[in-house]
Amino acid sequence: MLLALASASLLVGVGDRSWDIMLVSRLPRTLALLLAGASLAVAGVLMQLVVQNRFVEPTTAGTAQSAGLGMLAVTILAPDAPIVAKMLCAAAFALAGTAAFLGILRSIPLRSTLTVPLVGIVFGGMVWAGTTMLAYRYDLLQTLATWNASDFSTVLRGRYELLWIGLGLMIAAYVAADRFTIAGLGRDNAVNLGLDYRAVVALALLIVALVTAATVVTVGIIPFLGLVVPNIVSLAAGDNLRRTLPLVAGLGAGLMLACDLIGRVVRFPFEIPAGTVMGIIGGGIFLYLLLRKGGRLA
Amino acid sequence: MPDAVALQRRRGRAAFVLVCLAVLAAAAVVAFLTVGARGRWDFVLAFRGVKLAAIVLVGVAVATAAVIFQTIVQNRILTPSIMGFDALYSLIQTSVVFFIGARGLGFGDQRLAFAVDVCAMIGFALLLYGWLLADERRSLHMMLLVGVVMAAVFRSSTSFMERVIDPNDFVVLQDRLFANFNTVRRELLVPAAIAVLAVLVAVWRLLPRLDVMLLGREAAIGLGVDHRRVTMQVLALVAILTSVSTALVGPITFLGLLVANFAYVIVPGFRHIHIVPAAAFIAVITLAGGQLVLERVFALNAALPMVIEFVGGAVLIALLIRSSRR
Repeated sequence: MLLALASASLLVGVGDRSWDIMLVSRLPRTLALLLAGASLAVAGVLMQLVVQNRFVEPTTAGTAQSAGLGMLAVTILAPDAPIVAKMLCAAAFALAGTAAFLGILRSIPLRSTLTVPLVGIVFGGMVWAGTTMLAYRYDLLQTLATWNASDFSTVLRGRYELLWIGLGLMIAAYVAADRFTIAGLGRDNAVNLGLDYRAVVALALLIVALVTAATVVTVGIIPFLGLVVPNIVSLAAGDNLRRTLPLVAGLGAGLMLACDLIGRVVRFPFEIPAGTVMGIIGGGIFLYLLLRKGGRLA
Repeated sequence: MPDAVALQRRRGRAAFVLVCLAVLAAAAVVAFLTVGARGRWDFVLAFRGVKLAAIVLVGVAVATAAVIFQTIVQNRILTPSIMGFDALYSLIQTSVVFFIGARGLGFGDQRLAFAVDVCAMIGFALLLYGWLLADERRSLHMMLLVGVVMAAVFRSSTSFMERVIDPNDFVVLQDRLFANFNTVRRELLVPAAIAVLAVLVAVWRLLPRLDVMLLGREAAIGLGVDHRRVTMQVLALVAILTSVSTALVGPITFLGLLVANFAYVIVPGFRHIHIVPAAAFIAVITLAGGQLVLERVFALNAALPMVIEFVGGAVLIALLIRSSRR
């Protein structure tokens, strides 16, 4: 399935299928999609375990928006910084934003499953409003719009390699998978089972922040992916991360490829950003998960 | 009769608050028209008058919609724009152009297009939100989350359509979709004003029933109010009001939340006849005053919606925290 999608992604497009185009444009694009989709889905599942809520992911917890703010800040203060420095700055902001979100959550004593993503989405909206204001002040609104649209059409060889960091982080997550599963049982249980809870949570949040920053820097904010994929996998295969992590990564990559393909085919030869397609499909699935009859989470 | 006296006194205080707000709103309006004006008065007044008309219409529309919507959903956190009403309107605007074309049906006339949009909006809002509100078992948080996600889906669908649309049609659409307080769609001011007035008359006639609705669904039905019918009427009115404000200046997500909750705090009592005008005055003060301060003090001409977004988000989180503490 994944292979079929990947080869379709390689073959669909304008122009001849010469090797040059393949190597410079198509292959990087497909790889970028695979990497971004898989690592974002993994970031989503980690976040859900740590926060113990099925509806959080980088875009519903202010992480992605904070990464955008970080990008903007570094663009204003040090426009010539190398891309890696920009990404690290974005990651630092993402981490700070997530920490702030968790701080707000802690001040809500009796929270329902649904308050968590709600507060997260509103918090993300606030961060984004602040970012927009700053961008408006410095005439960078257009730049901001490109980060928000998450368009893979600009991916070329030499412009996406940052996403490989996601692969390393996914491997790290897989190595520590059992610890994350236990952390997902809650603080008390985890400590009882002899886990260094704080360290594991910190590791998870670090992975999430780096993955989010890498995707925001290279392609932009991709909504709902990290939320939808882990939920589908969890319905089908349970919550043991050691077993489900490859599924999550695979499905994430597949969904990302599918969204990009739809965006490329619908109005051929023009393109619709994959993030927009994901906003419709992912949001639709999210609504279904919320409203489905006898939903166990509501 | 201490109760009657207390009631009398409360009404007196409510009237006093309303008068104060009216004076403040008038002051904001005058300041907006005159502060920092240079050059010929007839030009300045005409130029700012258009903006001001939009501000007043939008303020009244958003405030009224928020208050009556909160009455039928029985809580003070949900507002039409949080539930995705204005995102739905943007989507409808785009879809109408997408399916009919910008010039089909004589759409050179913006007012006709506006009428079509509003009718479609009423239909879809009744279907969608009527269905969503019909299920009594859904919790507040569920509704809120569904609304927020729905708004996100509408926005994504709108930008999807924008990309798929014929470029010629898109040019026509563009000035409709990027309306804000500085590029008010002048030709819509008169139809919008008529629509708002008509809605206000309808709200006026609903006022006693709305007060009863505040007692809750069972109590309202027990007292002889057709709950379902009033709910549907209010949804239709909210749809019209949201269409007006979104068509004129684009979506402003948290304005309704801010002004409605502020009105509940400063107006004593619960009666709609006091709350609705108070919220409307507060909205006009916020918009005219805010725009004035941003333009004259910070030289930020288009930033008002973003400021409202930011402050409104903070207030919403605070409300959520407080509601879960109780």
